[in-house]
Amino acid sequence: MQTLNSYAPEIIRIVIAVVGATVLVFGNALVMGYMERKLAGHFQRRTGPMEVGFHGILQLVIDGIKLMSKQLVIPAKADKPLYMLAPIVSFGPVFLPLLVIPFSDRIQAFDLDVGLLFILAIAAINVLAILVAGWASNNKYSMFGAFRAVAQNVAYEIPMLLSLLAIVFMTNTFSLRGIVEAQNVWFIVLQPVAFLIYLVCMVAETNRAPFDLPEAESELTAGFLTEYGGMGFSLFMMAEYTNMFIVCSIATVFFLGGTSGIPLPYFEYTGIIWFLLKVYLLMFFLVWIRWTYPRTRFDQLMNLCWKYLLPFSLVNLLITAVVVKL
Amino acid sequence: MNVDVLEDERQHHFVLNMGPQHPSTHGVLRVLLKMEGEYVLEAQPVLGYVHRCHERIGEFKPAKSFMPNTARMDYLGALIYNQGYAMLLERAAGIEVPQRAEYIRVITSELNRIQSHLLWYGAYLLDLGAFTPIMYTFDDREHILDILEDVCGSRLTYCYSRVGGVCKDIDDKFIERTRTFIERLRGRFPMYEELVNGNVILQKRMKTVGHYTPEMCARYGVTGPLLRSTGVAYDLRKAEPYSVYPEFDFEVPLEQDGDAWAAFNVRYREIEQSLRIIEQALDKLPEGEVMASKVPKKLKLPQGDYNCSVEAPRGELSYYLVSDGSDIPYRIKVRTPSYSNLSVVPELCKGMLISDVVTSMGGLDLVIPEIDR
Repeated sequence: MQTLNSYAPEIIRIVIAVVGATVLVFGNALVMGYMERKLAGHFQRRTGPMEVGFHGILQLVIDGIKLMSKQLVIPAKADKPLYMLAPIVSFGPVFLPLLVIPFSDRIQAFDLDVGLLFILAIAAINVLAILVAGWASNNKYSMFGAFRAVAQNVAYEIPMLLSLLAIVFMTNTFSLRGIVEAQNVWFIVLQPVAFLIYLVCMVAETNRAPFDLPEAESELTAGFLTEYGGMGFSLFMMAEYTNMFIVCSIATVFFLGGTSGIPLPYFEYTGIIWFLLKVYLLMFFLVWIRWTYPRTRFDQLMNLCWKYLLPFSLVNLLITAVVVKL
Repeated sequence: MNVDVLEDERQHHFVLNMGPQHPSTHGVLRVLLKMEGEYVLEAQPVLGYVHRCHERIGEFKPAKSFMPNTARMDYLGALIYNQGYAMLLERAAGIEVPQRAEYIRVITSELNRIQSHLLWYGAYLLDLGAFTPIMYTFDDREHILDILEDVCGSRLTYCYSRVGGVCKDIDDKFIERTRTFIERLRGRFPMYEELVNGNVILQKRMKTVGHYTPEMCARYGVTGPLLRSTGVAYDLRKAEPYSVYPEFDFEVPLEQDGDAWAAFNVRYREIEQSLRIIEQALDKLPEGEVMASKVPKKLKLPQGDYNCSVEAPRGELSYYLVSDGSDIPYRIKVRTPSYSNLSVVPELCKGMLISDVVTSMGGLDLVIPEIDR
């Protein structure tokens, strides 16, 4: 989109970026929803959705229509304005990080100098939404879920940031494009520890199994989602899927070389193919572990963060700093 | 609801109402948890949501006709409940059961036990947040249900035993299918062990959670795999051998720790022992009748009281029958294992995290209709 810069007015760039981000958010929700259900089916010796369209490919469209047409039920003693606001607070900001992600050399809306900080700052709003949802629902299970979500996300943001900082030390930039361009060798080779730490934090940040404690089904029924149905629920789900996409994109940019791959014609645009391939491979990994492992217990989850991930990421950062300085 | 609990609600603790509709209570059990943060200060089970007065019904119809009711108490161990009740009446009326019938009862009962354990295995892991294993155990369980459907006519609430034997003989096809199934399930064990039992997360969730001691089990009447997980080798099939169990070579799986992980392993290893029993029973299966010849149509039990205990999948099952000499029992009392096992919850769950409550309750392997019979 930067090529457009010279001959397209700013307003057109904004329109293209917004439309692109919107298409990506909804498209990703459809693809991920279908992928998750289909993969879960096959992991469990079932076929997954088969009825609507070829191999159930339109199932998610039907589900979307169903969720949208459902009646909005607000619990009697809920805090009504906050209850309505929470899904919007969760879903609203997810568009923004997509604007700074370099999908290919030319497909990127803005290349911010502080791209990484921007993404992490925006992603943190999701915690607020979950807390508001849990509080406003006036349900004990929701409240449990919300408290767990806050404790978990705040804890895991620290090792996540520290593992990414190691890369920033090496490249001297927060700009995502700068980091992609600095990778002659993929950083997963140079920074394997940081990658592993990021991978664990990534699962915890998106509240996915085995770290899905905020919505632990067998303990808290559905955690902070207990009282939400219809559109409120689907907004939370879309936010979750987009957050998965964003954390996987960061992993791709920081560790897997972004767009790098076998060169294709018009690579400054077609690099997006390699980018999306890597992102969806990581997403496949997320789905895979979700349907394989049991859930951890909350204190064990926190121990993992404070006792292992945090010290290891600090040591890793220290070693990186020393090596870079030498 | 306990008044103290309500009082606490007004103060600084709060009460979490787990159930009667909750994903991990597997039925309509309700547990009131007095909580402080994520810690449980007090747990109080509330029963009675599916009470159907089975014992009372037994006082109004001929003793023989109570057989279908026994299957509906524990829908996962129906054949064992059938067997126990049939044995009770046979003992009371002094009826000899043909050897072949005894063997068939053992084979079907053990199949039933495996089926129950497989369902527990999947459901327990579901409680712990692993969604996939239940699909695999259901796949295995389905084979048992198909085999039993052929011979018993139903898939869940069987009524197969009769006073004096069983209602239908098994055929070669049944034997062949059962042997194939044993092969199949043995082939699946390595997969379960690698995928599930060896998982670090799972072991960490279960080890040191919910500590039972033999003394505590004796106080509450906890029996079955939970008792055996504390190192007490009390299995009625060995302790008070009934039917033709003395003729088979099998072990009673034992663990020493008394935590959820020990109970998990005891149950898991029992599946293998049940397979061994079935295998031997199929090899030794005698020819002959499956029904005693002289069973009176109107079964009048001599005056007195009678007792019969068998080992159900969840522990000791006892029938107690008082007869006044007519064909209708004066009183039937059933001692079901889950009811006694559940009574340990208030003591067991004190001071636990809510996740551990789910782990402990899953480890009890509760069947709610058996509690509320």
